[in-house]
Amino acid sequence: MVPLGFLAVFFLWPVAAIIQRGLGSSGLARVLGSSDTWAVVLFTVAQAAASTVVAVIAAMPVAFLLARCALPGIAVVRAAILVPFVLPTVVVGLAFRSLMPDGGVLSIVLANAFFNVAVVARTVAGLWSHLDRRAEDAARALGASPLRAFTSVTLPALRPAIGSAAAIVFLFCATSFGVVLLLGGARYRTLETEIYLRTVDLLDLSGAAALSLIQITAVVSVLVLAALARRRRETAMALRARTETTRRPRGGEWWVAGAAYAVVASLMVPIVALVVRSLSTSDGWGLEGYRALSGTGFRGSLQISGIDAAMNSLRAATDATLLALVLGVSASVVLVSLGRSRAHPGFVDTLDTALMLPLGVSAVTVGFGYLITLDALPGDLRTSAALVPLAQAIVVTPLVIRMILPVLRSVDPRLRQAAGSLGASPWRVWREVDIPLAGRSLLAAAAFGFVVALGEFGATSFLARPDSATLPVVIGRLISRPGELNNQMAYAACTMLMVVTVAVVLLVERLRVRSVGEF
Amino acid sequence: MRRLFTLTAVALSVAMTASCSLFGSDATDGKVVLVTHDSFEYDQAVFDKFKADTGITVEVRKSGDAGALTNQLVLTKASPLGDVAFGVDNTFASRALNEGVFAEYRSPEADKGPQRYAVDDTGRLTAVDFGDVCVNVDPAALAAANVPAPTSLEDLADPKYKDLLVVEDPATSSPGLAFLLATVSQYGQKDFQGYWARLKANGVKVVSGWEEAYTQEFSGSSGKGKRPLVVSYASSPSAELDDKGKPRTAALLDTCFKQVEYAGVLTGAKNTEGARKVLDLLLSADFQSKVPDKMYVYPTREGVQLPAAWAAAPPAENAATLPAPDIAANRERWIEQWRAAVRG
Repeated sequence: MVPLGFLAVFFLWPVAAIIQRGLGSSGLARVLGSSDTWAVVLFTVAQAAASTVVAVIAAMPVAFLLARCALPGIAVVRAAILVPFVLPTVVVGLAFRSLMPDGGVLSIVLANAFFNVAVVARTVAGLWSHLDRRAEDAARALGASPLRAFTSVTLPALRPAIGSAAAIVFLFCATSFGVVLLLGGARYRTLETEIYLRTVDLLDLSGAAALSLIQITAVVSVLVLAALARRRRETAMALRARTETTRRPRGGEWWVAGAAYAVVASLMVPIVALVVRSLSTSDGWGLEGYRALSGTGFRGSLQISGIDAAMNSLRAATDATLLALVLGVSASVVLVSLGRSRAHPGFVDTLDTALMLPLGVSAVTVGFGYLITLDALPGDLRTSAALVPLAQAIVVTPLVIRMILPVLRSVDPRLRQAAGSLGASPWRVWREVDIPLAGRSLLAAAAFGFVVALGEFGATSFLARPDSATLPVVIGRLISRPGELNNQMAYAACTMLMVVTVAVVLLVERLRVRSVGEF
Repeated sequence: MRRLFTLTAVALSVAMTASCSLFGSDATDGKVVLVTHDSFEYDQAVFDKFKADTGITVEVRKSGDAGALTNQLVLTKASPLGDVAFGVDNTFASRALNEGVFAEYRSPEADKGPQRYAVDDTGRLTAVDFGDVCVNVDPAALAAANVPAPTSLEDLADPKYKDLLVVEDPATSSPGLAFLLATVSQYGQKDFQGYWARLKANGVKVVSGWEEAYTQEFSGSSGKGKRPLVVSYASSPSAELDDKGKPRTAALLDTCFKQVEYAGVLTGAKNTEGARKVLDLLLSADFQSKVPDKMYVYPTREGVQLPAAWAAAPPAENAATLPAPDIAANRERWIEQWRAAVRG
């Protein structure tokens, strides 16, 4: 109940308050009756669907590479694909604009997919690497082609992971804000940018509330559909340790691995462009941008130094990750226990869906909601530095749940029954069976959550106080000031963010190898 | 009985509120919360000295841009986020004033210059700084193309400058909006659309924000884009220095629109007395002399020494302005009309 309480106070209440504030007048009817609104809805759904398809297609070979191939450098690939996820949208927007000057819709779709390939690849690989190879091998022995074995044996087993990753990516793309605002300008508008413009520029709260309601309705329907898909397909599976399931690619598998490397290489293009920008000066190459990070920019553009901001980022992301892990794991355990007991499945699904909602609600709605509700709590949290990790945890918790839950649900009940009949208490069963089996996903979720919190920009920029500014906020600030040094610093800070991400993920990989004994 | 209880409670709370505003500085712990936008920067030494002089600690709370700030102040007026606010500008001032966000306070410092930029005569908002949004040029690139620098808005529509100008979308960018207002001010409500149609025919490029326009499209910045004319600020050239410390770019001072940023004491502030002192601080010579270096805008106080580099990028003498109520009443319509003219 703790996660639900937290969600209620720091999410549902602020959002409900801001929507209620908007519903007093005739806003809903006005907005619903406008054909302009429905054009925006259509564009939102279409670009999100296209981006999701692109992300899934690009991610499947990468997932294969991560899950099934024993090749050197896999850990680096696993870390590198997460880098796009932490980059501030304003910087990625500028990078895509310089790579595709007249990109329009295409650049929006590609940029959204760029951000999200890692979500699909890592979620799917997480399950894939535990799948028993023997079913597939049996199909091959019975004469199925490799493709046939994949589509009729492996793919169905992977469907829960693909489905839930695709649902999350769809939500991310449908609510992506910075990319659309930057690459779409005023021509291509989504519900999210419309809500932002109406709230922040026009103070048209009734219009924004109406659009928020449309967005929330759409998000809930996506989540319900995803939950239905999951319910039919999440079945107990025999999970295997990764060491048993990987090998060097054979025959046609090399093509798939090659495609995966090609995807990774294309993800690196905007990233390399950013690194090159950070190193180039008006007269050639130089490290001025990096050196300047210890200061506050050209004529003190920043309140704190780049290094301080990096420390703030690490601190806030650590707090947010711990909070999100506690919330996410306890919520997942509750959901799985409810699912195993005779609780009504509809109730479990509703709870599950409610916990996913933060992924689909506009950050600006939440931010403005905080302003008008949290003064009722003691200590006026609205002006507290603790708001940043709290808000980041709201963003990260659903991701943790989505990464832990499928694994916990796939734990073979017979293992638990065996433990129980040998006299283990329910708590001991969790500790000895479920958590070790989910341990790998837990670490992956922690790393993933950490880098998401590290790169979070929307809510953080709204809530961070000057002394608690994070690296992405500082990058946003530097890029909006004239002066060559500020620009170099912004790109250098981006590079630093990328390096920290890769380091964190590699560290987790290292830890994981040592804990393989769990299996 | 119950009624008596309510009456007593009301009387007590009124008395407490009154005592708060009468003896505010004694009742609070010497802290004043300054609510402001993302672009607010200050010199900590000035705030430290202020604390040593008055015992007041200034806590700065930033979020969003000028528009987001104004709307936050409106939304939280029943339980304000702080005691004093800075950063509501002349395009949003009327909204804040109509909603009763600010309390009356006329600072004694206001007579030393800021009063020239007053939005009305109620003394609820005091001008702290101003900046000019102007077309910036890259003289080297223009010389290479063998055209003289333009000097007026009218020049920009001249075929000589075809495909050379990049501007920001007024719907998504505040300098973009200011530049639109400059054209409304010059050509009037009837004709500004026609002017934009001519700019469109002359190949104006529209992008969504200042970052993209300035750091990617403009040839005079470190991004080395393709276009030598961009909508930016009069103070931008002072950040584009060559080896000798001279600006490589210049602002066209006859194309400017004046943006004024205001501060005011919030209605319902916990520490009204302290808030007034902080407002005085924002207008003091100490704070005002740091405004150019920290925020790239001009102080409103008269006789404040500007940094040396700023001598090469002077403020516009005749920047265009529009009355705040006109802007508030027409902003959305003008943007729609702009969109019709430029997006077609």
